[in-house]
Amino acid sequence: MTTVTPYRSAERGARDGFGQLLHAEWTKFRTVRGWVIGMILAVLIPAGLGVFVARAAIPTCSSQTSSGQQGPVQHGAACGGPIYAVGPGGVLVQDQFYFVRQPLAGNGSITIRVTSLTGLGRGTDNGRPVGAILVPWSKAGIIIKDGASQGSAYAAMMVTGANGVRMQWNYTGDTSGLPGAVSAAGPRWLRLTRDGDTITGYDSADGTHWTHVGTVALAGLPSTVQAGLFVTSPEHSTYSSSLGVGNGFNSPTVSTAVFDHVSRTGTWPAGTWTGDDVDPEDLQVAPGSVGYHQVAGRFTVAGSGDIAPLIAGPLNRGPNITVRDFLLGTFAGLIAVAVVAAMFMTAEYRRGLIRTTLAASPNRGRVLAAKAIVIGSVAFVAGLAAAAGAVLIATHIADSAGADVFPEPWATELRIIAGTAALIAVAAVLTLAIATMVRRSATAILIVIVTVVIPFVLSAPPGIPTGLTDWLLRVTPAAAFALQQPAPQYYQVQANYIPSSGYFPLAPWTGFAVLCAWTAIALAAAAYLLRRRDA
Amino acid sequence: MTQPAAGLSRARYGGRARYGSQTLHAEWTKLRTLASTGWLLLGAAALTIAVSVTADAAATCPSGGCQADPAKLSLTGVQVGQVMVAVVAVLAVGNEYSTGMIKVTLAAMPRRLTVLAAKAALVAGLVLAAGAVAVLASVLAGRLILPGHGFTAAHGYLPLSLGNGPVLRAACGSVLYLALIALLSLGVAIAVRETAVAIGFVLGLLYVFPVVTSVVGNQHWQRHLEQTGPMTAGLYIQATANLRSLPLTPWEGLGVLALWAAGALIIGALLFRFRDA
Repeated sequence: MTTVTPYRSAERGARDGFGQLLHAEWTKFRTVRGWVIGMILAVLIPAGLGVFVARAAIPTCSSQTSSGQQGPVQHGAACGGPIYAVGPGGVLVQDQFYFVRQPLAGNGSITIRVTSLTGLGRGTDNGRPVGAILVPWSKAGIIIKDGASQGSAYAAMMVTGANGVRMQWNYTGDTSGLPGAVSAAGPRWLRLTRDGDTITGYDSADGTHWTHVGTVALAGLPSTVQAGLFVTSPEHSTYSSSLGVGNGFNSPTVSTAVFDHVSRTGTWPAGTWTGDDVDPEDLQVAPGSVGYHQVAGRFTVAGSGDIAPLIAGPLNRGPNITVRDFLLGTFAGLIAVAVVAAMFMTAEYRRGLIRTTLAASPNRGRVLAAKAIVIGSVAFVAGLAAAAGAVLIATHIADSAGADVFPEPWATELRIIAGTAALIAVAAVLTLAIATMVRRSATAILIVIVTVVIPFVLSAPPGIPTGLTDWLLRVTPAAAFALQQPAPQYYQVQANYIPSSGYFPLAPWTGFAVLCAWTAIALAAAAYLLRRRDA
Repeated sequence: MTQPAAGLSRARYGGRARYGSQTLHAEWTKLRTLASTGWLLLGAAALTIAVSVTADAAATCPSGGCQADPAKLSLTGVQVGQVMVAVVAVLAVGNEYSTGMIKVTLAAMPRRLTVLAAKAALVAGLVLAAGAVAVLASVLAGRLILPGHGFTAAHGYLPLSLGNGPVLRAACGSVLYLALIALLSLGVAIAVRETAVAIGFVLGLLYVFPVVTSVVGNQHWQRHLEQTGPMTAGLYIQATANLRSLPLTPWEGLGVLALWAAGALIIGALLFRFRDA
């Protein structure tokens, strides 16, 4: 008699592990040729559109610009395009003001009293002269600056048209002092002291009780600096907030300030003041309207321009093209990814594969999680390749042809590329969740396109009321496109901050949080429905 | 005894002349009994009107005047409503493929081009009806809302009225625009046979032109792209101001979209005729 041993598989007993579930879902994705092609298209289309945009941005008279130059950077200079000043940290800046200055050797301080600040607009607004106007960020005060060249480091104490006393430094720094407007009855006293690289600002309403406003360190400040009085006045601009680009107009303004009680400590070797119109650009300002005169310790200074970072986009002073423009194809890549992500779920229902899937892994929540991880990871990789390809190749093309492109710090560029990948990945998971809920790819894609793609598409070309697109880019998942914002919005710089120039209503990571919140809600609803409903 | 039955059969189902109308009837029954068709058409009209109204409400014309085109503004919703229209058209074909119904359809009605023509006629007709409702309501909303937002006679704007030639052209043209978008989508759907892919392809094709045009600074490229894109060129039909600045006249623009739709339908028809279903 032989004993019959029951058959035992050579395979070892395996756990119903999440890793196996991931592997199963990955196999499903990998083996459908159409989906892999879809993901490849999601890389190639945005990258190709980025290259197209870069080529179309090249000025027609393009030629090579010399590289590695110092000082002002020439953007599109091959075509006689604008030349921008570069401030500390590589920020493109406008550095244009009237400067009444003397050299200051070593440490010292300067104190003044401002008794008046008035302004005059020089252009016409629909045929009517602008006339007397004090723009909110017109500036008059004292400044300590690393030489009189454009883009050099500085710190300044100033009164402004409508924003009280401010201390500003190196173009982007800003902190507030005494509120309220300046007048003969309510003058403002300002003081700047220099100690090595450190500059400290104080303000006072009466010249005896002083308040500390701010202390800044200007790295590498030479021992002799230029210090004195300054006045500047940005353009008066009206941007119609209704229809985006095409309705704005700019009018140059001149502001005039009266200073007295000028007192100084330290070594001031020159002994006399020099009036200096820093960057006297052709501003259509009447000749002789800027300048200064001094009568018995009273200085009257008139200036025009601004000391501020440049803002990108049409109607603004900065370059028209930003890295974000190279990523316009993101929406097309997003459509391709959404199609694949929707079908990744709906194909299970159409073929009845869902029954096998759920028989193999009865825990339905884990199935959804595995699918989300697989499609999210694949979409992230595709988005990363698309964004990196578009940005790097297009930037190279545009730079080597001397196109007028807004320069980015590497950290911002990294956030834009990684952010685009994250946007596409989370949008893929959102699509998967919606597809799980509605079980039909057409409906799922319709929902994703209407909520994610359309708000972005409507914001791109001008002509749609910005009130509508602003609202859409706040509440819909499309808010995450803010991750592609190329430069910060400065509250202290008035400009045309609209989505078609790359300025979104929400901050980059806040916008991304809106998409993540929608996705979390959709995933929770999808998990609930998947568990409750018959497959 | 069998004679009358056979005669009846021949009368009701035989004969070449009635073939077309029966195909139309069959296709109509399929579309009509699909719950999604009605909902999507309703959604297309609702979305068009809602977006148009929001755009009207968000627009302002300041005292100094503005360069806005009130007719185009009040028809903004068409740019969003077309998404639903495209989906209706894609589903009219895609549903047959996803359910396998197409095999039954072609067994019953072997003349494939007649089937396609019937589908196209029905989808276009339905979209024309829904589009007419949406566009009329949008123009009416513009007429009521815009004067309250600075679009007054003092700023050089008359209330929107279909009695005004350009406005009538913009309104009728927008309805035709939606129908042509439906035909374009139908052609694409027949060619790719997969709902999801067809929707993605059509919407990508429509939106890529306005988005890319918006950043291309080069005037030459800009005009080129605008007059080539099915959406950008087609929407010239809505323009009632600054017509001289357009690269094409409004009707030429709509003609470009018609060429796109015809091209998609021809490719779709050829593939449908010669490919296995």
